[in-house]
Amino acid sequence: MNTTIIGFAYLLSGVLFILALKGLSSPVSARKGNTYGMLGMTIAVATTLYGAGSGLELSSYTNIIIAVAIGGLFGSVLARKISMTALPQLVAAFHSLVGLAAVFVAIGAYKNPGAFFDGGIISTGSMIEMSLGLAIGAITFSGSVIAFAKLQGLVSGNPLVFKGQHLINLVIFLGILALIYMTAVDPMNATTEQYFWAIVGLSFFIGFLVVLPIGGADMPVVVSMLNSYSGWAACGIGFTLQNTALIITGALVGSSGAILSYIMCKGMNRSIVSVLLGGFGGDGDAAAAAAVGGPKGNVKQGSAEDASFIMSNAQKVIIVPGYGMAVSQAQHALREMCDILKEKGVEVRYAIHPVAGRMPGHMNVLLAEANVPYDEVFELEEINHEFATADVAFVIGANDVTNPLAKTDPQSPIYGMPILDVEKAATTLFLKRSMASGYAGVDNDLFFRDKTMMLLGDAKKTTEEIVQALNLS
Amino acid sequence: MDFLSLFSIFVLSVFVGFYVVWGVTPALHSPLLAVTNAISSVIIVGGLIAAVASKGLIDFSSTMGLIAVLLASVNIFGGFMVAQRMLAMFKKKK
Repeated sequence: MNTTIIGFAYLLSGVLFILALKGLSSPVSARKGNTYGMLGMTIAVATTLYGAGSGLELSSYTNIIIAVAIGGLFGSVLARKISMTALPQLVAAFHSLVGLAAVFVAIGAYKNPGAFFDGGIISTGSMIEMSLGLAIGAITFSGSVIAFAKLQGLVSGNPLVFKGQHLINLVIFLGILALIYMTAVDPMNATTEQYFWAIVGLSFFIGFLVVLPIGGADMPVVVSMLNSYSGWAACGIGFTLQNTALIITGALVGSSGAILSYIMCKGMNRSIVSVLLGGFGGDGDAAAAAAVGGPKGNVKQGSAEDASFIMSNAQKVIIVPGYGMAVSQAQHALREMCDILKEKGVEVRYAIHPVAGRMPGHMNVLLAEANVPYDEVFELEEINHEFATADVAFVIGANDVTNPLAKTDPQSPIYGMPILDVEKAATTLFLKRSMASGYAGVDNDLFFRDKTMMLLGDAKKTTEEIVQALNLS
Repeated sequence: MDFLSLFSIFVLSVFVGFYVVWGVTPALHSPLLAVTNAISSVIIVGGLIAAVASKGLIDFSSTMGLIAVLLASVNIFGGFMVAQRMLAMFKKKK
């Protein structure tokens, strides 16, 4: 009877988690979805404590409540205080915690089989599941720590590549598989413990090695991938504990992260393999310094007044935000500028490239933070045909995602990447820090075209100047 | 439950996840990351089992469990709240 109730309760929380994700199909239903998610979590926790039995000591509850209170308080404060620009780091940090929690659960289960396994015996099957969960959890942890450090600027965002890297990774990876096999041969044997700890160590190590060579601009893929890993780790532990809520949730999260990785890779026309092998896409500065050779043509530079004049006489302006907008926190000034334009009767829309920013959906959140209504914001496929009818494409802090070379030059590293067709607009305004090339290290020949005007400088400052100019006109 | 039943649940859940996540609007991919983060912290149940197993004593295994509970709690509260915060910002045109 008891196990039946528990089984149903876990199933219910799994279903609620599915509904939480389903809610995200539209901003209208998303908030309700989030509530389902919280409810699912509450049910899962309550069920576990209920299932732990009546013999439970009060002090166990006290310890758990203290742990939840400390963790919950920390998490809540973090979630409230974090600035929206720092979201990618926060997400990476959260992933690392899921990974680490999986590692601790696996260790706890291994050291106290009586609490987790029938008759206190770890079977070969359980050991494999547990070791897989352990290894993936550890990789998620260390990989996310590096991703966090790169996003936070603690470690250079440039890819760190050294000779023989891939061979070393391969050897370690095979080593982990071999160790998993060795633990599973005779799980209850005392000598197995050394293999168990070796898995922990090697997995932490390979997590570092795998993410280090991946550049800052590939971070949307890395963040999605680690999201996926955290799900598979939960799955591995779910199989070990024979817990349906964990298996369902782990599978959901695992496939969610995998889909996001796929979408991000497609947005760059890169294969997941080439992203993982790394060595591509630093923060732009280093690549840029190398790439800025001689002049490639005439560049037309403009002032804020020019930009204000062109845009106030336009009928339709399409805004193309990129990572540069996030860096200079220009979204609020940008929205102010668009409000004035709208008052002047100009139609304003926003076009988002799938890989703009440092994590999936990064630009959408920043625009939403600046109170841009989400029905003015469009994805690449939805809006790309509209550039042909736009008077102005206002590119703020984006570069590679607008580069027509992606269509015309098969030699270019970005060839085949879907781009926003800003070249088709009557005028293109580029707000950029400098003439430097983007992360791919390729020049954007749009900069040198007649109908392009460059506004060099900090995106936020330039936008504020345009706002002033608009107010005066 | 036997392995095959669990594995069936797993495979079907992967499919459910696949179709549900393709339905998520790209504009909400960041909140999706936050929510998946929060729900994958359901791994807290593993930590709870380890934590209560020692019947209130603090031994090695229950300490591991309590640490897992603490870490997962950061994520559960942080993940849901940051998702909530993001979602509250998405507004329609007035």
